[in-house]
Amino acid sequence: MEFYLTAIMLGLCLSAMSLGIFITMKIFNIPDITTDGSYILGAVITAVMLTGHWHPAIIIPAVMAAGAIAGAITGLIHTQLKIEALLAGILVMTGLYSINLTILGRSNVPLLTVITIFQVFHIFSNPVYNDAFVGLIFIIIIAAILAYVLMTDFGIAMRATGNSASMTRALGINNNRMKIIGLAIANALTALSGYLVAQYQNFTDINMGIGIVITGLGSVLIGDALIKWWNIRKVIAQLAIILIGSMIFQLVLAFTLSIGIDPNMLKLVTAVFVLIIVSIPRIKALRQS
Amino acid sequence: MIELQHIIKVFNRGQVNEVTALSDISLTIQKGEFVVVIGSNGSGKSTLFNIIAGAETPTNGHVIIDNKDVTKLAEYKRSQWIARVFQNPLSGTAPELSIIDNFRLAALRTTQKKLVIGVNDAFKKTVRDKIATLGMGLENKIEQQMGSLSGGQRQALTLLMSVMDKTDILLLDEPTAALDPRSANTILQTADKLIKEYKLTAILITHNLKDAYQYGNRLVQMNEGKVLRDLDTAKKAALKQQDLFEWF
Repeated sequence: MEFYLTAIMLGLCLSAMSLGIFITMKIFNIPDITTDGSYILGAVITAVMLTGHWHPAIIIPAVMAAGAIAGAITGLIHTQLKIEALLAGILVMTGLYSINLTILGRSNVPLLTVITIFQVFHIFSNPVYNDAFVGLIFIIIIAAILAYVLMTDFGIAMRATGNSASMTRALGINNNRMKIIGLAIANALTALSGYLVAQYQNFTDINMGIGIVITGLGSVLIGDALIKWWNIRKVIAQLAIILIGSMIFQLVLAFTLSIGIDPNMLKLVTAVFVLIIVSIPRIKALRQS
Repeated sequence: MIELQHIIKVFNRGQVNEVTALSDISLTIQKGEFVVVIGSNGSGKSTLFNIIAGAETPTNGHVIIDNKDVTKLAEYKRSQWIARVFQNPLSGTAPELSIIDNFRLAALRTTQKKLVIGVNDAFKKTVRDKIATLGMGLENKIEQQMGSLSGGQRQALTLLMSVMDKTDILLLDEPTAALDPRSANTILQTADKLIKEYKLTAILITHNLKDAYQYGNRLVQMNEGKVLRDLDTAKKAALKQQDLFEWF
């Protein structure tokens, strides 16, 4: 049971990233590889600041700002230099690896002796429940803020930009600026996942983010399938489903491990799992035609 | 309202496939004029439109809107004067957004899209009342996705959206090309009504000579990147429909 609770907890921590990928993938149609780098960036800054005895709450804006800058750089490369978003993301991700390593100073920092965000609040005496509670509240606040932003006039403009670029241009919206802001928000959220996971796992590792974008994509695709299935239109409900998608994804991975699959195969299992989720609707469409 | 000074537009300059889309066009459109532009394919109508809207920058010449030189102004910034209805009904609306959200953006065409919730009950009522004037029964479907509507319905809503905010110039680029004759009729009648009601300066591109005869108070025929004929209100009124057909 605890095994699955850990999976759900990890899914919860990673769901901030899933919200970010929801923005880039579903709103802007951009597969944003910056994610791998900005996720570790969040974890790295968290580790350095926590070991420097900063309060976990103060680290939040620092982590988000760093992620936002990384995303904005990808956005600038993509929109100003007209370089494909995929390549722009790969470039920034690659560059971030060195930056992350420089900030962290070494490849692995344990966070066992510091006070994490999960220990700041004592609601339950059982640490497992306490972690889950703090994580849940944290993510609900993040999702609520994002839902509000997406429902404002600015949010409508952002959603329209990815949907009909000709329309938004004609309605006075600077599409490039919108994409840069969107990528900045997405990577700020991704960095927040790095912040949460580092504190939940009590360590930051320079390689912890490799392939994490696939986890995010898989979570969003699961969520998106449910959104289409239930025909959910309200933004806030859509975001809630994305959070659930993130947890389902981790549960499936936990299940595959529990039936005795070699942990070294985890990335392969992840990739195949995402491949299956992506291909199901396509195979269905092929059969129908 | 709109002044085009010696506009030249050359595509693929210096290459084998060099095309001169517009060769030295000068045109002044007064406030309140409803100009219908006709011409065969490749005559430069659409390029002329794109240059006014800002989607293309001219190779040479100046575009003046409301006494301001906007030649270098980006398309999205010209939206403070210009509203557009595109040939493709899909281009003027966001299909995955609800009708009400589409209208909200249109209502903010000339201003900032701020971090506040603008779709409130008062706004919904305004939009419902506006849509009701179309008589299409869409006023009770404002939460529905734009993409669920037909091309004709979307084009009609795009027209309404164009007057949701302060509009000086309405650009209609073959707005009925993708529609059946009945929807096409409704769209042009609605456009004509709105142009008169809001005293808009309007330009309509059309291939339909009957429409060109029926609508507008100025007629411009383009050919090979030049203005071939330019008929003012009096001359257009004196024109017979038969004459129009003989021009082609």
